[in-house]
Amino acid sequence: MSLLTAENLSLSFGGVHAVREVSFAIEPGEVFSIIGPNGAGKTTIFNLVSRFYDADAGAMRFDGTDITSVPTHRIAALGIARTFQNTELFEHETVLTNLLIGQHVHRETSLVADFLFLPRARRQELEFRRKVEDVIDLLDLQRYREQPIGGLPYGARKMVEIARALCLSPKLLLLDEPSSGLNPEETEDLSFWIEDIVADLGITVAMVEHDMNLVATVSDRVLAMADGVVLATGNASEIQQHPEVLRAYLGD
Amino acid sequence: MRFVLKTNYGQDVNLFLHGGQRFWYGLLAVVALAAPLGLDTFYLGEFALVYIWAIAGVGLMLLVGYTGLVSLGHAAFLAIGAYSHAVLLEQGVPFFVSVPLATAFCAVVGYIVGLPALRMTGIYLAVATLAFERIAAWVIEHWESVTGGHFGMRVPEAQVFGLALDTPVTFYYLCLVVLALCLLSAMNLLRSPTGRAFIAVRDSEISAQSMGIDLARTKCSAFAISAGFTGLAGSLFAHKIGYLAPDAFTVQTSIQLLLMVVVGGLGSLHGVIYGAIFLGLLPQVIAFGRDVLPSAIGEIPGLEPGLFGLILVLFLIFEPLGIYGRWVKIRLWFDEFPLYRKSTYKRQRSYLRTERVR
Repeated sequence: MSLLTAENLSLSFGGVHAVREVSFAIEPGEVFSIIGPNGAGKTTIFNLVSRFYDADAGAMRFDGTDITSVPTHRIAALGIARTFQNTELFEHETVLTNLLIGQHVHRETSLVADFLFLPRARRQELEFRRKVEDVIDLLDLQRYREQPIGGLPYGARKMVEIARALCLSPKLLLLDEPSSGLNPEETEDLSFWIEDIVADLGITVAMVEHDMNLVATVSDRVLAMADGVVLATGNASEIQQHPEVLRAYLGD
Repeated sequence: MRFVLKTNYGQDVNLFLHGGQRFWYGLLAVVALAAPLGLDTFYLGEFALVYIWAIAGVGLMLLVGYTGLVSLGHAAFLAIGAYSHAVLLEQGVPFFVSVPLATAFCAVVGYIVGLPALRMTGIYLAVATLAFERIAAWVIEHWESVTGGHFGMRVPEAQVFGLALDTPVTFYYLCLVVLALCLLSAMNLLRSPTGRAFIAVRDSEISAQSMGIDLARTKCSAFAISAGFTGLAGSLFAHKIGYLAPDAFTVQTSIQLLLMVVVGGLGSLHGVIYGAIFLGLLPQVIAFGRDVLPSAIGEIPGLEPGLFGLILVLFLIFEPLGIYGRWVKIRLWFDEFPLYRKSTYKRQRSYLRTERVR
C-alpha cells in the first residue's frame, strides 16, 4: 500500500491555477522527487500535503488516514515532517533547542507536569536530549550544538533543518529544495545523508529539487510537472528524456 | 573563560549549569533572606514592591519575551487579581485559598482574552489588549456593589501562618518566597515542551505548526499563564497598597509593566529582575530629579509617563536586548578580550514583534 496518495488535487489562487488535478502515490521506503520549472506548483504540493493550504478539490491519504482536512498541527503527529525552501528555523535559539522543539510531537507530559518539572518531565527531557544527540551524531552537527541559529552559515542551517525534521521520527520526510544554497561538496554530502536516512532510519523521502544530479543520484522515482499539471512520472533517466519534460524546460 | 565539560545529559536539563552559578545564586538568596536584618522598613517595603513587579514581569515576559505576543492590557490582570483577592478576603476566604483562586480566575480571563488575539500580532494585538484594559477598568469603575466604584475598597487584613501581613518583614518574606516559586516554575516551563512551544511560536509560526505545535492552544495558554502570574502579583499588590481604587491600575501601569520587560531584556528571566529593580528605582530617581531640577522642568505635569515612554523608545532603538542583553555583551567582551567582535550580535533582532523589527 502506498504511504501517501494524492488524487486529483487542485488549488487556485484567484485566477492562477497553482495545481491542477495532480495525482501521485509515494511508496514506503523510496525517494520520490518532484521537479519542474519555477512556478510549476512543486512547493504548493508540499504545502497541500503539510496542510498549510486547503485543496479546492481532491483527496489525500497518508498511511491509511484521510488527511485532506486534518488541522495543520496534526500532520506532524501522523508522521509527516518537512523542511522549507528558505529555512524556517527558530532564529534566536541554539541548534540544541531547535532540535528539542522537533521532539514536541513525542511529548507526553501535561502543562502541570511541566510547571512542577515532575520526575516524568525530567525523564522525558533526558530522553529527548538523548534522541537529539542521536540525530546530531547522524548528521555530524556536534560543533554547532550550542550555537544560536542566527550565527550559522547557510549550509549548516539547511542541515539543522533536516535534523529538526528527523527529530520528529517521521514516516515521510518532505525536503523542499534541500540543496539550494549548498556548495557542490555539501550537495554531495547531502546525497549520502538522504541515502542514510532512507536506508538506516527507514524514512520515506519526498523532495522538491532543481539539481538534476542530486535527483538522478538519489531518486527512485521522479515526478515532473509544469504549470500546475503532472507531465510524467518515472525513473530519473526516463524523465530526463521525456519529450514533454524537455519541452517544459527548453521550449519547442 | 569557563569551559564546562559535559558528561551527562542531565547537565543540559538541570537549572544550574555549573557550581559557579549555584554559588552565586545561593549567595543572592542568602542576601535576599538576610536583608530584613540590615534594612529599615521603608526599604523593605520598596523591595517587596520590586518583588511584586518581578512576579508580574515573569508573567509578561513569558508572553512578550518568549511567545512574542505584545500586551498593553496587563494592568487589567493586575487589577483583576487585586480586586478578586480583596473581594474573596472580604467574604472570609482564608489568604492561602484566596490567592490561588484569584490567580486561577485571572488565568481563565487571560485564556478568554487570548482567543481573539489568535489572529493578531504586533501593533494590532497591542491595541486589542489596550481595549481590553479599558473595558476591565470601566467594569471596575461601574460595578460599585463589588468594587466600590470610584471610591474604591479597603483590602481586608490577612494573616499568613498566624502572622499579620501588615508588618513589613512578614510581607517582605511572603513576596520573596512567592517570587522565588514563580521564577522556579517559569524556569521549569521553559526547559520543558510547553515553554519551547512558546519559543517556537515566537520565532516561526509556520515552523511551529509543522513541528506539531497547536498555535491556538499555545497562544491561549501563554495568555492564561501570563495573566495568572500577573494576577498573583495583583493579589500581593492589593496588600501592598492597602486600598484599591481604579486609578491604581491605568494604562500607565500597563506601559510600566511593558517597560520593565523591555528594559530588563526580552527573552530572559534575568531581564525581569533587572527590569523590576529599574522600575522600583525609577520613581526615586524622578523624585530626586524633581527636587534638583529647576521648577520649570521639574514640575511639568505628566513628567513621569513622558519619561517612561521616552526610556521605552530609547531602549527599543539602542538596546533592544535590554539591560540583560547589555550585560551579556559586556561579559562576552571580557571573555573574549581582545578578540570581541562588535558584530556578534548584529544579526539578532528584538523579540518584540512590531512593524519596526519585522
